Amino acid sequence: MQLKLKLYATLAEFLPPTAVSNVADIEVADDATPFQIIDRYHVPRTRAHLVLHNGNYVPPTERDNPIFRDGDSLAIWPPVAGG
Amino acid sequence: MGWTQKVLRVNLTTGSVATEPLNMDWALKYIGQRGLATKYLFEEIDPKIDALSPANKLIMATGPLTGTMAATGGRYSVITKSPLTGAIACSNSGGFIGNEIKNAGFDMLIFEGKAPKPVYLYLENDKAELLPADHLWGKSVWEADRLLHNDHQDPLLRIACVGRAAEQGCLYAGVVNDLHRAAGRSGVGTVMASKNLKAVAVRGTKGVGNIRDPKQFMLATQTAKKVLAQNPVTGEGLPKMGTQVLMNVINEVGAMPTRNMREVQFEGANRISAEAMHVPRESDGKPNLTTNAACFACTIACGRISTIDPKHYTIVNKPQYMGANGGLEYEAAWALGSDTGVDDLDALTYANFICNEDGYDPISFGSTVAAAMELFEIGALTKEHTGGIEMRFGSAEALTKAAELVAKGEGFGRDLGLGSKRLCEKYGHPDLSMTVKGQEFPAYDPRGIQGMGLTYATSNRGACHLRSYTVSSEILGVPVKTDPLTTDGKPELVKAFQDATAAVDSTGLCVFTTFAWTLEDIAPQIDAACAGDWSPDKMLEAGERIWNLERQFNLKAGLTKADDTLPKRLLKEAAKTGPAKGKVSELHKMLPHYYEIRGWTPDGVPTTDTLHRLAI
Repeated sequence: MQLKLKLYATLAEFLPPTAVSNVADIEVADDATPFQIIDRYHVPRTRAHLVLHNGNYVPPTERDNPIFRDGDSLAIWPPVAGG
Repeated sequence: MGWTQKVLRVNLTTGSVATEPLNMDWALKYIGQRGLATKYLFEEIDPKIDALSPANKLIMATGPLTGTMAATGGRYSVITKSPLTGAIACSNSGGFIGNEIKNAGFDMLIFEGKAPKPVYLYLENDKAELLPADHLWGKSVWEADRLLHNDHQDPLLRIACVGRAAEQGCLYAGVVNDLHRAAGRSGVGTVMASKNLKAVAVRGTKGVGNIRDPKQFMLATQTAKKVLAQNPVTGEGLPKMGTQVLMNVINEVGAMPTRNMREVQFEGANRISAEAMHVPRESDGKPNLTTNAACFACTIACGRISTIDPKHYTIVNKPQYMGANGGLEYEAAWALGSDTGVDDLDALTYANFICNEDGYDPISFGSTVAAAMELFEIGALTKEHTGGIEMRFGSAEALTKAAELVAKGEGFGRDLGLGSKRLCEKYGHPDLSMTVKGQEFPAYDPRGIQGMGLTYATSNRGACHLRSYTVSSEILGVPVKTDPLTTDGKPELVKAFQDATAAVDSTGLCVFTTFAWTLEDIAPQIDAACAGDWSPDKMLEAGERIWNLERQFNLKAGLTKADDTLPKRLLKEAAKTGPAKGKVSELHKMLPHYYEIRGWTPDGVPTTDTLHRLAI
């Protein structure tokens, strides 16, 4: 199935070259997990702080679960803040 | 002692300038800056007065750590009664002016009355005098700053100044210091201009001595600096990306107020984000972001310095805007961009430059333009009202023209200078104003971040994210992650953030340190600098005391429980997309319990027991 992988801030360097504006369309197995995708693109797990599946937070304890459906998005940030 | 223990009192009516001792009993209870100046204001004015009358006072206040070697110890605040909200106003700024006031030997400058003609305060250590400002009146902040530096032939002079927007009565004008830092919210600049006070120009060379335990202070500040450096947010994220990193985060979670808060996600967010500010332009190969920048003593350096595309329509034949200047922070980018539907990064940067140049709040301005765009869309505003401007969502031209008009108080700019609440009332649609207590919202939709709904409704200065930034927990997971879509535990979370922030805002430190620091890191620095045996618990108690005193000010000013609410749109119209789709702000589930844990009556009034417990 296809997912939209979004890597922002200092994680942008891990995006595949096909990415446009921090977003890449990627093919993954139907039972892919967030951690599998994070590892596949060499994003250090320690820097994958804010992990959002369709905008909803995925806690570290659930990042080994197959949670995706075709067309979903996975957006990841390192620890960030603002105000 | 941290404090210089001196206050400069300036009577603008009589022209007298006098030094008096700081009330140390109050300092030991209210710390400094926000807390201590609120106590002075509370004791010295009737909260019912007209904010723009000479009876109002304006206080520029530093904290005990301002001007010291503590990281970010350069903050100061402007405290007064707000003309925008009728409530207490306290606007905090960085840059260098706070340090300069402290180094001139003062904890606070209190301005009272009204000068018969425009003046500015010149303060050089013990020498303080009011000087004529006729040649500065009618000038922008940038021009007045240049003239003052020329007049005094002192490149190190630090200047806080109001621009033409304040002079023209824009109700959300701020006090700009060091060209592009600002005490921006609630119209504190409007009050300053109403007193015919154009600027405060300061040169301080005394240093900040009188530290209670210098060795311990050095140890405490060094230890705390390491925490900032090693934290990924304060050590890496904020310096590189600035606050603008939040643009894509908040959009992704579906809490991005868009087109006057009709929607919660903006399709153009990435084009106006921190990431976009790093992308080289076609025209000159340079990115929007030139460099980051730090305020006095700051080891974070989140500030943005930017340029506009030299071929952009906004700066053709306008050399004054072609250089590097204060760039977009998240709050400005959201209000000028997503809320107006404009995704032109250069247009937003230009509007932001204008806000700095003439000293007005880009949050309130952007939100007011957004309201005007909705009024225009429904036909309540026409081109006859706007002077020919097509005030349509997404129009960069409308946004930048509006910025120019507000800056000078010309044409439709005078209506926009009223703020969203008064604009919407004037044109017959008060429900379209996205405000609390008359102040415009910041960049987080409370339908997608429930704690922020309670934050906004109960903020003592009207809608404000900086009074309890529960986004930190609900979205960013700092210090712990909570669910943004539930109301469970939010009253407790909001109260904890409100009290802790009130304490931090009173120290002279920047609230951004709290992405890495807790009061466990801050209290040892205060305690080493100041008398008073400051522990984290004592700081938290002081924060609660400050919060309740601000509340008391507002109640005496005539505000009631009815003002602790949100616009109907956020309570009745559900979010249309994203994780919060179908949700409204559930304020009614949180507010009664919030009053209860605050020790207030069901009508939101602090009980006698609460006031007694906090020694107010």
